[in-house]
Amino acid sequence: MKNENNRRIKNKMSVLRAISPDLSRIRLVDQDCLSKRAAQIREALLQGLERPFKHLIDISLGDAHRGGLQPITFVRQVISACLYPSLLDSGRLPTDVKSRARNLLKQCEGESVGSYTATCGLPKIQHSLSEFISRRDRGVPSSPENIFITSGSQQLVLRLFVHGKGSLQTGIMTPVPSSPLFNMALSSLGGAVVPYHLCEEEGWTLRLDEMRRALATARRHCNPMGLYVINPGNPVGQVQSQKSIEDVIRFAAEEKLFLLADEVYQDSVHDPTAEFVSYKRVLHEMGPPYSNTVELASFNSASKGFMGECGLRGGYVEFVNLDSAVMGHIYTLFSTEACTAVMGQIALDIMANPPRSGDASYTAFFENRRNTLNNNAKRVQETLNSLDGMSCQPIRGGIYAFPQLHLPARAVAKAEEAGVAPDLLYCMLLLEEMGLCVGPGSEHLQRKDTHHLRYITHLPDEPIVQPRANSY
Amino acid sequence: KSHQTNQCVCKVLTVDTMNSCVKKVEYAVRGPIVLRAVQIEKELKEGVQKPFSEVIKANIGDAHAMGQQPITFFRQVLAMCSYPELLDDDRFPEDAKGRARRILQGCGGQSIGAYSASQGIECVRQDVARYVERRDGGVPSDPDNIYLTTGASDGIVTMLKLLVAGEGRSRTGVMISIPQYPLYSAALAELGAVQVNYFLNEERCWSLDVSELRRALADARRHCNPRALCIINPGNPTGQVQSRQCIEDVIRFAAKERLFLMADEVYQDNVYAEGCEFHSFKKVLFEMGPEFSSTVELASFHSTSKCYMGECGFRGGYMEVVNMDPEVKAQLTKLVSVRLCPPVPGQALMDLVVNPPQPGEPSYSTFIRERKATLSSLAERARLTEQILNTVPGIACNPVQGAMYSFPRVTLPARAIREAEERGQAPDMFYCMKLLEETGICLVPGSGFGQRDGTFHFRMTILPPTDKLKILLSKVKDFHQRFIQQYS
Repeated sequence: MKNENNRRIKNKMSVLRAISPDLSRIRLVDQDCLSKRAAQIREALLQGLERPFKHLIDISLGDAHRGGLQPITFVRQVISACLYPSLLDSGRLPTDVKSRARNLLKQCEGESVGSYTATCGLPKIQHSLSEFISRRDRGVPSSPENIFITSGSQQLVLRLFVHGKGSLQTGIMTPVPSSPLFNMALSSLGGAVVPYHLCEEEGWTLRLDEMRRALATARRHCNPMGLYVINPGNPVGQVQSQKSIEDVIRFAAEEKLFLLADEVYQDSVHDPTAEFVSYKRVLHEMGPPYSNTVELASFNSASKGFMGECGLRGGYVEFVNLDSAVMGHIYTLFSTEACTAVMGQIALDIMANPPRSGDASYTAFFENRRNTLNNNAKRVQETLNSLDGMSCQPIRGGIYAFPQLHLPARAVAKAEEAGVAPDLLYCMLLLEEMGLCVGPGSEHLQRKDTHHLRYITHLPDEPIVQPRANSY
Repeated sequence: KSHQTNQCVCKVLTVDTMNSCVKKVEYAVRGPIVLRAVQIEKELKEGVQKPFSEVIKANIGDAHAMGQQPITFFRQVLAMCSYPELLDDDRFPEDAKGRARRILQGCGGQSIGAYSASQGIECVRQDVARYVERRDGGVPSDPDNIYLTTGASDGIVTMLKLLVAGEGRSRTGVMISIPQYPLYSAALAELGAVQVNYFLNEERCWSLDVSELRRALADARRHCNPRALCIINPGNPTGQVQSRQCIEDVIRFAAKERLFLMADEVYQDNVYAEGCEFHSFKKVLFEMGPEFSSTVELASFHSTSKCYMGECGFRGGYMEVVNMDPEVKAQLTKLVSVRLCPPVPGQALMDLVVNPPQPGEPSYSTFIRERKATLSSLAERARLTEQILNTVPGIACNPVQGAMYSFPRVTLPARAIREAEERGQAPDMFYCMKLLEETGICLVPGSGFGQRDGTFHFRMTILPPTDKLKILLSKVKDFHQRFIQQYS
């Protein structure tokens, strides 16, 4: 009987233990342990536990609402009216909210936001997005059929590419520092991360020599097919110049790489001398042969920018110059996920097609928007640069500050003893002693022996945060 | 420069260079026939003359699209969660306000616009666990084993990702019923897993015979490593509700053969036939005693899209894992974090589904009335569908015991089959396309779900409102008789 039990237990272990090696390779984000500890401390504070600080401030995540940003009223009013159409008969809501909600409901099957939509999203919203993109790009045409509304669009697109093993394994060039989730998604699909370092000293620029080096090295062990760029940068906040984008496009064309452009922070440009220019527009302006051959997927989302509606999971991808047979397969692949959550689609519609001048909600909407995007980036950067042991490149765009920590050798040694990345150790101490939760640079990848912090910059209580950071 | 001539010809992403597994993915529910239906709708809008004035989409399990009304309480709470200023509006009852406040408390910054933890909002997972305990007569449920998902599909695909490994002869095989809901075949194709088919017994009301499971498994073991068994109960597309005995048999089989059980239970409230009852796999497992309940590994899936809610557009769902190896669970938790979090409104809705108004609360009587009306209307339409289809010679429809579909068998004349084959079309696709062109009714051919060789079926939802459904069924009847005549 005992042997039977032992065998059973041993067998039980073996059924699932042999999971795909791709999954084991995903590096768990360090953020989790910080978040857990922050949650514990928050709970303890609520229960009246003594701490050298009264409130915990969490500015580590790219989640504006969690950080205290208020949602845009118009967005939430429209959504609530779509959810509960009886509100349309009340005097509670402004006229433009009602007409937008009525309009949207008419687009939905059965006039309910509880219905599935078409795979790529409600056609009206695809259309709004195409017009939004075209306006943004100074008239470059955008076709609704090339716009797929989907949350998690980056992962879906990666699934198209990634296959192969050994030297045929698909590689995607990704910036360092970068979004850890993209790298995790790529690894989990069995793809190879091909890192190219952004140049910190030059303000986190993309350097062609570095990209060529990375590519040449990668070609020895995998099959690089794509180039992932983030503009404005996450977490580094660089905003690419038009020339830089042209260089990257030329590089992608020469090296036969599919361009994946994450442009979710396109609203967040703080430096008045910088301007967001989309990859699509630059590609178009370069003319043939580039404009009609270079394959591009651009990603945007309602999670960032002035709406910050991360929880609604509304995003889209626009494809440029894709093979039409491939587009057919993309559609089939996307269709297995049914459709994107309708609330997220509504948020995108409003992002693409906000209230117009003369509409009841216009003033409030754009005031909300101004307040949200109004950014302390310059002040943050100056303050950080004034601190001993910290330096920060100009924060031209995006929503994070990514200052470099110049840690004393003792601190680095102590961290290594503890088996923890030095910047993570710093973050944990900052959390315990100051009640301030920021993210470690280590989870973004960074040049060896450099350490950074990451935190969001566009919150109202910035003045409170800075003194804490300063004194620490 | 020389590169200019090269790059004009060759794209990076072509059907040859893309992930070849993706090419094998098909999903009939939104496949070619639906694309044609959408085209026809456009043509009608443009004024093109057709023998019908509207397209009826009886292809997809979308209740609201067919006019089903949402549950008032749910929409009230969700409206307040979206726009909390409504919390001081007198039109909303106190119990709805209480739920909204509680949900908002669980959200970052008290906003549904904040990301939640990847596994889902904690208080929602706790409520799900309590629901499962109540539903299953007290069998304990740990919130830590509950993962909120983007519809049930997200959970199903995630579990399959976790399960699929190995190469060649040790490549993971996953057992799935034929007919099946094509999400499974699509996911298995994309993952490059081996799909191991077990046939449901059409002659016996689509029941599951363990002997058939044994046959399928033995066959499969010759060329792959079967590790999981998927079962959809109540069934899609077949609508059968498995008996308790059957569920026990399946559990015993899974235990003996060391298979991970995946129980897709999204239609758990959609049970219509007399004598049929939904038994959750988890409940039966635990009632079978520790020999099974402490060893059989199980994942159960649920969703906000079906049952009496029909809220497909919210993409709400959850899965519960039972007896999962802790190391594997750690991998699962890691895997879900890659996709950030499920849509928060869907999580909020799931909270309400598992924590509906209780007796004594202001919204209770309306809630019960609405739920009952919806479910009994579905039951009536299920019965009607079966009854009418069975009056058509050449169409045989098993009782629609549950779920939302009929899956009748159609006998096609040999000439029709030949013509279909000449066109390179599956015969039932040929049939359904013709039906679409002549009547505007969009169904999904049985070939999209799998069926025994030489048999043909279609899946039609029972969702159109009764009047429309009767018209639909009579049109199908007329079409079928014409079709048979034409191809005799």
